[in-house]
Amino acid sequence: MATLARAASVHPVPPRRSFRAGLLTAVLLLPASLWYLVLLVAPLAIVVVMSFGTPSRIGGFDPVFSLDNYSQAFERSTPFVTSLVMAVAGTALCLFTALPLAYFIATRAGRRKSLLIVLLIVPFWTSFLIRTYAWLTILGPDGLGGFIGDLIGDPAFRILGTPAAVLLGLVYGYLPLMVFPIYVTMERMDRGLVEASKDLGAGRLATFRQITLPITLPGLITGSILVFIPLMGEYVIPAILGYGRVFLVGNQLVLQFLEARNWPEGAARAVVLILIMLVSVTFYVWFSNRGRKGREVSVL
Amino acid sequence: MSTTAGVAAKPLTRGGPRRDRFGGLVEGWLRGHTLLIYLFLYIPIVVVVVFSFNATNRRVTDWQGFSLRWYESVLSDTVVQGALLNSLIVATSTAIIATIFGTMAALGLQRAPRWFRTPFEALTFISIIVPEIVIALSTLVFFSSAFDVLNPLLDLRLRLGFQTIIAAHALFNISLVMLLVRARLSGMDRTHVEASYDLFATPWRTFRQITFPQLMPAIVAGGLLSFTFSFDDYVITTFVSGAGSTTLPLYVFGTIRKGVTPATNAVAAVMLLITLSVLLVGQFLVWRNARRAGQRGGQASVAGMIAEQSG
Repeated sequence: MATLARAASVHPVPPRRSFRAGLLTAVLLLPASLWYLVLLVAPLAIVVVMSFGTPSRIGGFDPVFSLDNYSQAFERSTPFVTSLVMAVAGTALCLFTALPLAYFIATRAGRRKSLLIVLLIVPFWTSFLIRTYAWLTILGPDGLGGFIGDLIGDPAFRILGTPAAVLLGLVYGYLPLMVFPIYVTMERMDRGLVEASKDLGAGRLATFRQITLPITLPGLITGSILVFIPLMGEYVIPAILGYGRVFLVGNQLVLQFLEARNWPEGAARAVVLILIMLVSVTFYVWFSNRGRKGREVSVL
Repeated sequence: MSTTAGVAAKPLTRGGPRRDRFGGLVEGWLRGHTLLIYLFLYIPIVVVVVFSFNATNRRVTDWQGFSLRWYESVLSDTVVQGALLNSLIVATSTAIIATIFGTMAALGLQRAPRWFRTPFEALTFISIIVPEIVIALSTLVFFSSAFDVLNPLLDLRLRLGFQTIIAAHALFNISLVMLLVRARLSGMDRTHVEASYDLFATPWRTFRQITFPQLMPAIVAGGLLSFTFSFDDYVITTFVSGAGSTTLPLYVFGTIRKGVTPATNAVAAVMLLITLSVLLVGQFLVWRNARRAGQRGGQASVAGMIAEQSG
């Protein structure tokens, strides 16, 4: 950003603040702004208003001020709790899986580095639905589920429809989002620090704990947030791999908006979901930074 | 970047002054872990594709020999054909809209005053970070409220369908294209632009001959990623689709409920094929462009740009 500003200031033809230049800027920004206002700001605002209303006819609502929808959301809060537990567990699993992987790519892969990153990106952008669906065969009674069932001698053993299957799906679907930011921070790390640490007699573990991990922390935080937020709102994975038996907030929102058609109640839950995410992300960032201040100084 | 890292990493593997006995073990574990993760990521894709060629009539995993019969039966199914066509219409329109408006926004934002830029960037951030399901349900609420008001007022017959799906998909993708193009803009070498102005080129000509070619990889990447996002999307589409606008993901999701069949695997494999080839074509175009411009592959790849963004 700073370099951009500097580059702009030495621009030989300073952009004239003429009417035409201003008009061009406005025209360039108009479509995107329109999209944001009409399809992001307005819808979210309507949802907030609707969450205080009462249902009228199918899908409609009467704009009164009532907190009934919120008290409903808190009374039947099981999906929120399930989602929170699954999201925290999924984020933690992604973190522990991604850390060694990102470390390997950043420090050991050499010239194959960009190939490995491409190989991570490609499945991430490829048919989320299809890749989730694939696990039905792998984990099903003719796959791993049946195999383990035979092994432990329990014909009723199932993986599909359990929280474990959903958790696996979540890690599978969102792991790359954790790897990218960790990889980027590790890649930018000054490798001289690691060598200095080793020269000073620090072991492998001590070096990792005192040098690599603190430097990578911003990447870990970004990655955790990037994974945690979509996990909280996930619908496709619990619907397919959990058979709807693992019932998350996403399942409930789909139920209320597309089947039960009680929109105000669903709207209240959506608002609560956003609030939970805001609070937990803020707390997480605050908590991670709190422990970091002392060490940050010593590293820089 | 990558060469210096490769060189610097070498002494590490030799263990440094204090030899640690677990060095080999750790190296082996890192290697094994990485390999396992890549298997974990790719085995499901392989499973779908392999079993789509199964000749069996019964269970999917019951291998009865190689056959294309499920592809024949699926591709001649008019419902699948319709869904595929719908998906292509939606994805192409979304990609075009997102690419044009996203690029415009990235260029405009460079020139915009700060009072505008800050809230605009905040909205971009929100549009990307808010879970898809929240975007989906709020868009549905918005459309149906808007139609309730507008239709009787202006005597229109607006309803959910292609236009609502495309509009909803474009929101995320405009932000995506904008971020990619902005990243490219900020990393761009300004000297060519300055030289162009020094040679008395008009702003338009400078843009067409200098800026635009340099932005091309980001624009292409953004367009292709928008296409694949839109082509694969289930959550937003299921909320804002109407009668007659069933896309392929909606069709597949519906058939999954009836269980896994070789036919579903064949449709799934077709979807994989389409998205994978779009991504690979994009990767190839970006690489070729980078080679012509004499850059190294790493940062110029689609992957590199996304990795940069999320970092």
